[in-house]
Amino acid sequence: MNAPVDYLLLLADNALILGQRNAEWCGHGPILEEDIALSNNSLDLIGQARMLYQHAATLQGGGATEDTLAYFRDVPNFKNYTLCELPHTPLMAATSAGDRDFATTIVRNFLYSSLMVLVWDQLQSSQDMQLAAIAAKSLKEVRYHLRHSRDWVVRLGDGTEESHAKAQTALDQWMPYCQEFWSTSPQEQAAQANGTGIDMAALQADWNQIVDAALQEATLQRTPVSSFVTTGKQGIHSEHLGFVLAEMQSLARAHPLATW
Amino acid sequence: MSTTANPSANTAALKEWPLWEVFVRSKQGLEHKHCGSLHASDSEHALQMARDVYTRRQEGVSIWVIQSANISASEPNDKPEFFDPAGDKVYRHPTFYQIPDEVGHM
Repeated sequence: MNAPVDYLLLLADNALILGQRNAEWCGHGPILEEDIALSNNSLDLIGQARMLYQHAATLQGGGATEDTLAYFRDVPNFKNYTLCELPHTPLMAATSAGDRDFATTIVRNFLYSSLMVLVWDQLQSSQDMQLAAIAAKSLKEVRYHLRHSRDWVVRLGDGTEESHAKAQTALDQWMPYCQEFWSTSPQEQAAQANGTGIDMAALQADWNQIVDAALQEATLQRTPVSSFVTTGKQGIHSEHLGFVLAEMQSLARAHPLATW
Repeated sequence: MSTTANPSANTAALKEWPLWEVFVRSKQGLEHKHCGSLHASDSEHALQMARDVYTRRQEGVSIWVIQSANISASEPNDKPEFFDPAGDKVYRHPTFYQIPDEVGHM
């Protein structure tokens, strides 16, 4: 049994775009060790994306490769959560690199990893054997991402007045975007129907538990969310994804089929 | 590394983050070896940073960290009385034994 290609792309695009965002810290980390940690995190995610794209390309056929999927699709074809594409800045602030905010990065990584430890765990029993194997490998990586980001959420939240304020601002910013985790999309329904995907809504209680326990330790207040739900996985994105793709894809598009 | 315009803030943070020495065991059966040091706020933090900095190329299966201040070290000035007297005691080297190959690491 094979997972629907669009379902694999949802998983792959999340990993690639968040990996690309984390990579923006390379050479700019607050301290050398964190710089390396965020780059490690990024490389894990890009590695997950590669495995998923390779699998999707094989299923799709027609000359598709991991590179055509990553570098030669445009914004409406990307299926990632809107959460993953937004910049590392408090929203509505300038997007210049100088405003890159560590708390914003860390809280997003925490919320995403809290989800993915549950997703990869369940996908280990996917009817798509290749996807199940990718899940088993990715689970180990994302468990570390969760440990790393959770640790920082607690340190920042339960730290100084300034670090607490920054962590709370980041949480308030990201929580509404997490609603997209639980909304249903055609590709998720199709995957669940043929036993290759999972019921995302069923993970919500466990996700709440992981998040709430950390927030309590971090003395942060969980942000109430409205009914607004983003639509990235349907290909309807924020204005930020285009800039991410422009930077990420420009080299491959300027030199198609280049190897090194 | 940091792009901050205020380097003194960084220095202050590093004062609050003590120095830790990192020891990595490269594989089961071998000893932990000192491989470097880093600043971290506590031992868990130091362990995670050591994992990210010192084991990213599969260098290790186990990590120890210890706060540098907890290490008592000999002084360079101690050399004459600490180490020089051993210089002429060659009979302390186990050079008179044949070690079978099967023993491996000693």
